[in-house]
Amino acid sequence: MDLTYTEEEEAFRIGLREWLARTLPMLPPKPDPLDWPARRTYDLGWQRRLYDAGYGEVHWGATPTQHLIFLEETEEAGAPYVGANFVGLLHAGPTIAAEGTDEQRARWLEPVVRGEEAWCQGFSEPDAGSDLASLRTKAVRDGDHYVVTGSKIWTSHAEVADWCELLVRTEPISPAAPKHRGISWLAMPMDAPGITVRPLRTLAGSAEFAEMFLDEVRIPVANRVGEENDGWRVTMVTLSYERGTAFVGEVVACRRTLGLLAAAARENGRWDDPVLRRTLGRLSAEFGALWRLTQWNVSEAQRTGGVPGTGGSVFKLRYSHARQELYEAAAEVLGPDSLDLAQEWTADRLSSLSYTIAAGTSQIQQNIVAERILGLPKGR
Amino acid sequence: MKDGFRALLAGRFGREALRAAVGSAEEKERSLDRRLWRELGDAGFFALRLPEADGGVGLGLPEAVLVFEEAGSALLPGPLVATHLAAGEVKGAATGETVVTDVDGQLVEWLAEADHVRGDASGARAIRSVDPLTPLHRVGSAQTGISDAAVLLTAALQLGSAGRTTAMAVKYAGEREQFGQPIGAFQAVKHLCAQMLVRTELARAAVYAASVTGEGLDAAGAKLLADDAAVRNARDCLQVYGGMGFTWEADVHLHLKRAWVRSAQGPTAAQVEERYAAAL
Repeated sequence: MDLTYTEEEEAFRIGLREWLARTLPMLPPKPDPLDWPARRTYDLGWQRRLYDAGYGEVHWGATPTQHLIFLEETEEAGAPYVGANFVGLLHAGPTIAAEGTDEQRARWLEPVVRGEEAWCQGFSEPDAGSDLASLRTKAVRDGDHYVVTGSKIWTSHAEVADWCELLVRTEPISPAAPKHRGISWLAMPMDAPGITVRPLRTLAGSAEFAEMFLDEVRIPVANRVGEENDGWRVTMVTLSYERGTAFVGEVVACRRTLGLLAAAARENGRWDDPVLRRTLGRLSAEFGALWRLTQWNVSEAQRTGGVPGTGGSVFKLRYSHARQELYEAAAEVLGPDSLDLAQEWTADRLSSLSYTIAAGTSQIQQNIVAERILGLPKGR
Repeated sequence: MKDGFRALLAGRFGREALRAAVGSAEEKERSLDRRLWRELGDAGFFALRLPEADGGVGLGLPEAVLVFEEAGSALLPGPLVATHLAAGEVKGAATGETVVTDVDGQLVEWLAEADHVRGDASGARAIRSVDPLTPLHRVGSAQTGISDAAVLLTAALQLGSAGRTTAMAVKYAGEREQFGQPIGAFQAVKHLCAQMLVRTELARAAVYAASVTGEGLDAAGAKLLADDAAVRNARDCLQVYGGMGFTWEADVHLHLKRAWVRSAQGPTAAQVEERYAAAL
């Protein structure tokens, strides 16, 4: 396992660290979490600063190790999260970078890295969650346009997005072909006529997701990334990114949270409970190992020159549960205050519940690990 | 190196040799295979980290954990860690001519077989070891200092066992048929196997990283995760094997019992967790 950094990588780290120290104090105050337009302005403004400083393309233009260093340093410095740029920078962006034409890369990547356009994700449907390939939103060819009708759910950042990475069915489901054939990947302009967005309130009380209804929305055929009916493969590229490096900053944040939990427990006397102490100690060892696993996955991706691989599924399976255990421990540290929504850890505890569901439930991830890595037979 | 050692173990301590060793242990002839021990010495297993000037191989912990992982996978018996650590300090340890054991907390393994004992084993009392291939003595509560390298190499043995039981479970699940299909096609069985891999890979990341950093806390954390992976994977492997897993004939119980012994050696889970908590 190679844990060393080259001189060039260390220089990258130091330059970034110095820039963060200069820049973060100049940022405007954080917006109200419920004010979506203000959040968009804030998040895109942060991306613009990154771009001006030469870090705009770090999410796909840098080496995996530089990307890791970027995510680690920004998290440790307390820099803003990608926020409304998540889909553009970590999802649609890498997909377009890997699968788009030169023209498509020029059209869509530049505004994302410059902090001018935000993207949302239109993958899941009410009847296509874990079984994503059974999606039914249909696209019918009409000259040089697709006419798209259907509904999407869990569309993060839909209210403020300029573009949506949309999965549609260009070939109806039939018994003759596997259902993952016949899916295409489209870039949909969010101001197109026929789109209705309805915010979806989560159990955490926030509205970061939305339902989206599409009624004969016309999308140019030129907005298709990859071949027609090849969208499933294009999507797998995107999902491997989400399972690969998307959680790097969060692992760093979790390790910092553990330190804060220990300090709070020492303060309020709960540290005297050996069961709680041991729980925090074990989590600390586990998050240390998860961090090493991340570094390893990244160096493997760098070595093989490809996109993050199935090692991401192994990581996500453990990380998602460890994160939930972390906030269960936080609730023990807080005691009765864990019922106070004003406590940051209470909100984090609620949002942690989505981690074993989003981007493939733990059950689906275990199927993936068992079938694709261990080679166990497919079954029912 | 790793491949060469794997080949040596496959040739000299394959499944038949393992079962023969279990058989002779049953007949109270619990003896260490001295010839194999010297072959290990010849292959550089004990002298791996000795400088070349001192007749060693001149490699470091990152290479040592790889060969100890192979030894753990093969369930190779004997005081491997103690003899490896004694190389260069106890005459004959490096070449495998001398068998060295040490007093590890309240237990000593292979005391009757050892030519040299490090630590105070006075008043040692033989117990009927749960692991047929690791004779054990109990000693008083004198806790000797366990080196970070010993902790990490024990973790590497556990990692090897965790990887092997995962492979055993996957192989069995792909072959054993019930209800007209391999049991590995059932999700309930798949998920057991997937979690075994997750534990193994997390432990692997911790063990390999600790071998590079050389930090004591990293070694202890690696042992915590590798103990967990070895014990729980052996348990899940037993479950995948079903009734066969409960038999003496299947090798699963040998992995579980060895994993229990290794877990009790060096810092226990409670000690490591408290150490990590104190560092927070």
